Amino acid sequence: MDDPLVIAGREFGSRLVMGTGGAANLAVLERALVASGTELTTVAMRRLDAGGGGVLELLSRLGIEALPNTAGCRTAAEAVLTARLAREALGTDWVKLEVHADDRTLLPDPVELLDAAERLVDDGFTVLPYTNDDPVLAWRLEQLGCAAVMPLGSPIGTGLGIRNPHNIELIVARASVPVVLDAGVGTASDAALAMELGCSAVLLATAVTRAQDPERMAAAMRAGVEAGRLARSAGRIPKRFWAHASSPAVG
Amino acid sequence: MLKAKVNGVERELADGATVDAVLALLGAPASGVAVAVDGEVVPRAAWGTTAVPEGAVVEVLTAVQGG
Repeated sequence: MDDPLVIAGREFGSRLVMGTGGAANLAVLERALVASGTELTTVAMRRLDAGGGGVLELLSRLGIEALPNTAGCRTAAEAVLTARLAREALGTDWVKLEVHADDRTLLPDPVELLDAAERLVDDGFTVLPYTNDDPVLAWRLEQLGCAAVMPLGSPIGTGLGIRNPHNIELIVARASVPVVLDAGVGTASDAALAMELGCSAVLLATAVTRAQDPERMAAAMRAGVEAGRLARSAGRIPKRFWAHASSPAVG
Repeated sequence: MLKAKVNGVERELADGATVDAVLALLGAPASGVAVAVDGEVVPRAAWGTTAVPEGAVVEVLTAVQGG
């Protein structure tokens, strides 16, 4: 595998982590997932009779690893219970930890998030926390033993892109675990920017599943992530104030 | 009979009903499901031997599209 994403010792050939929420139906989701090239994809935990099932069978058939999330949880206690249920249901100790402060912003509640992360790490989980774009909070999550940190570019589902690129760079500069840009991506250039800033991967759902053509947007995101990764490793030119001629000045 | 709240709905269960019996009642699939009774996860291996107490809150979860 060339240039794999490595999280907690596991290798993934794709640096695009997908979510499954928002797709009109499973057939649309399937085409989008295949076009994205993703190998790791989030699912939510809900009551059995609430509908929305069939996604596990789809992921299994496509050979994509299911990553359960704790979306909808407001407290550390709720998130810990949901993670334990997911471990039991899916047979995985990986969890995308989400603790949302309120319904309008869906921003992570940092106090509950740290509490939940500590309890889940102690309980043997591989914890991938969805966090604010706060370098201090990201550092604290890493210190607690999280296997990656996943800062938002902007709030979930807004498509506002990366509102504070410098914060993302600060998080990357200090992290020794993978940084996954999670939430806020609207289009392929946002995904490319995340990778150019040094993120190890991008996690997105809405930008693909609610696009007019999810399959085409999934392909665009895949290309964006790959282009950004290449550009990051290629070493970009410094930004200059004045022009710098690219044609010879003499002759 | 005993009463328990299963996924938010009051249900009447036979005395001594186990977690397995509740899952059968819901028509739960054989895999991809997890159960909590009164906020504690009941491991799959204990479904057949764990009785649901009177007044229990039972949550049966599975994975759906999300995130």
